[in-house]
Amino acid sequence: MNRTLKSLALFLGGIALGVAAAGLFMLFHSSLTPQELEAWDKDGVVPGLVMQAGSIGFGVWFLYLVGWITRSQIRKQAGAGFGKIARSVAGNALMILLGLWFLWRMFIQHPEGVLINPTLFAQYIVDGIRLGFVYALISLGYTMVYGIVRLINFAHGDVFMVGSFTSFYAIKAMRLHLLPAKLFPSLSQWVAITIGTVLVIILSMLVCALLAITIERVAYKPLRNAPRIAALITAISVSFFLEYFSSLPEVFTSNYIIYEQPFKVVSWKILGVQISNVTIIIILVSILFLLLLRWIVYGTKTGKAMRATSWDKPTARLMGIDVDNVITKTFAIGAALAGAGGVLYAIAYPQLIVFMGIMPGLKAFVAAVLGGIGNLTGAFVGSLIMGQAEMLSAGYILTPMRDAIAFTILIIVLLIRPTGIFGEPEGEKA
Amino acid sequence: MKRRKLEFLGASWLFWVGAIAIYAVVQVLFSTNVITDYMKTVIQLGCVMTIVSLGLNLIYGFNGQFSLGQWGFYAIGAYASADITYRYAAKVSIPLNLGFATFDVGKIAIFLVAILFGALLAGVIAYLFGLPVLKLGSDYFGIATLGFTIVVKVLADNSDTILPFPEMKGARGMVGIPRLTTWFWSFFLLVLCILILRNILHSTTGRAIVSVRENEIAAKAMGIDTVKYKTLSFVIGGIYAGLAGGIYAHLYAFLHPSLFHFIKSFDPMIIIVFGGLGSITGTIVAAFAWAFSLEGLRIILPSGAEAWRYIIYPVALLLIMLLRPQGLLGGIEWGFLKPIQWPRRKIDTGAPTVETATQEAV
Repeated sequence: MNRTLKSLALFLGGIALGVAAAGLFMLFHSSLTPQELEAWDKDGVVPGLVMQAGSIGFGVWFLYLVGWITRSQIRKQAGAGFGKIARSVAGNALMILLGLWFLWRMFIQHPEGVLINPTLFAQYIVDGIRLGFVYALISLGYTMVYGIVRLINFAHGDVFMVGSFTSFYAIKAMRLHLLPAKLFPSLSQWVAITIGTVLVIILSMLVCALLAITIERVAYKPLRNAPRIAALITAISVSFFLEYFSSLPEVFTSNYIIYEQPFKVVSWKILGVQISNVTIIIILVSILFLLLLRWIVYGTKTGKAMRATSWDKPTARLMGIDVDNVITKTFAIGAALAGAGGVLYAIAYPQLIVFMGIMPGLKAFVAAVLGGIGNLTGAFVGSLIMGQAEMLSAGYILTPMRDAIAFTILIIVLLIRPTGIFGEPEGEKA
Repeated sequence: MKRRKLEFLGASWLFWVGAIAIYAVVQVLFSTNVITDYMKTVIQLGCVMTIVSLGLNLIYGFNGQFSLGQWGFYAIGAYASADITYRYAAKVSIPLNLGFATFDVGKIAIFLVAILFGALLAGVIAYLFGLPVLKLGSDYFGIATLGFTIVVKVLADNSDTILPFPEMKGARGMVGIPRLTTWFWSFFLLVLCILILRNILHSTTGRAIVSVRENEIAAKAMGIDTVKYKTLSFVIGGIYAGLAGGIYAHLYAFLHPSLFHFIKSFDPMIIIVFGGLGSITGTIVAAFAWAFSLEGLRIILPSGAEAWRYIIYPVALLLIMLLRPQGLLGGIEWGFLKPIQWPRRKIDTGAPTVETATQEAV
């Protein structure tokens, strides 16, 4: 009836026939006694031949699979040229090979594999969720800014770093997290610490928002009509400036510093899986901020203006929207989220350095691209995927490979679907 | 009449005389110990950075593809060539005594083969990587190439565990590379690179490459195979980076993965943006200025001021982007590197010009 089902049936039938033939042959081969085998196959070449034929068959099967997936993807896009198809085939082949290898490694080869030690697997999943929620807070800023001004805001990761450092000083020097307990001694300790932590987070968010507004006004606004690459280079130089300026001994420091958590970290063992209160707080706070952001973007007038600006800037201007104001607000909201993410990240991984923002920033960007840049849901889902991919690859492949895996995923995603999971499947225009 | 005698050298005689003069002067300064060994290394580092940046300028400045992968190709060239000389250079030695100086022809041959191999390997990888990725849009391409650099760095970190190269020693750094780069090779390979780039750019190919930067759609409409020229410039840029990596590896005789950290991949970008996008002259000037300001200032400035370099760079970059987005010498070339102004052919089609047409109408 339709071609997809027909080709699927053909394909599965072909595999079944091949498997059946090989199985019958092996059955026949193993049923013979050694003497009979000697008489029948003197040099023992037949099993090798079968193996070779099998591997060739696997290669053909693999190509067929790739071609099939690619074709179903390509058919949706109008005017797919040779380059696009080649790109898709390469990307699909890489993704399938990587996925198969990863599954093999996870389930079979690794000494602590999923089947042997399922608790460890659950632990990685929980850690991945924690990381993914922190990435979500960062990547939302990326995706909002990209959606509106089409700029990869490289300095976003460094704003995140400034958020962490602000909370460090708020806790270490200002003792802000103990302020409510001091002012209202009648409060119970638990409530006082909660309010104190919220104060620390709010302070970091404010500082980050102010920083982002300054950056936007000084560096990005004059380049609004310049080529996109000029703005990108500016973003890179702002990022460098923030990193190296903070690494001066007069400002922060260029060494690692130990972060002091505002509350005591307690962890419980549930079915052998370590779950700390930090994980729960990160998940709750992130979900709260995500809902808040959703409300801002879809429920308020500012959000309406943002969506209009990202849709069509000149028309939004004609409709009486102050576009510059909207862009500044977007930067501020994104940076505030990154600041909150910075505090949570520092609480979860209590070790700070001025270069700590680079990698989470880039990975959050990868997550935003993965989900479809400019799309809030996409950024959220992409971040969760990214957190899992990172934790699982650190756990089951090799710890230093986690960065490489993240960027391999990025390259493959860009090859298959440059607009991401939730993006519109349309060619991106430079 | 006097000029005629030098014509057999072509239009480039001044360039060659200048190159040999610079070589000779610096060589004399080296041998008379006016320049210390440290400064000698800095000058050679300037040559290396110039080659990397020329490659990047071809990709970004002339062809308009924002690539951050140059440093990955640099790493590939450095490790590949260092591996070859590490294995074979000790075994080959053919001394040649010319009376005034002794050369080890075998070592030189191994060195040249190694750096050429590194360059070609980088070129092949650039081709394979660029073929699918170059189709992406401007900043997606930048991010994908940045990812490439990061992956290469991670692989260099684990070259003894994941990759089968125990002699590279992974994150401990590769030692035992013979110090084969001399001032002669670093300088004349640079001259060769400049010459090749200049000749490419002033040919039909070069005009096609530049047309892709100016307007891709218009170039396509003119019948230019934009994919081909994008790939070509990306591969040549990769080859330049690989070559520079090979020279670098044999200059310092030590390779460490942290040298190839992706943050450093912004260095050639800084150089070409400073010097001017689409300017060979600007790239050369800026690369040497970069080498001297980064390494040379280390001697002069007090130790605390070192940290300020990386604060001054981004601010300067920001100011340049705001005030002069095409770079200090953007689009400006000096002397020999200037495009040749061929005399325009006068075409007399006999068609009425505007003036005659209006006169007739009147």
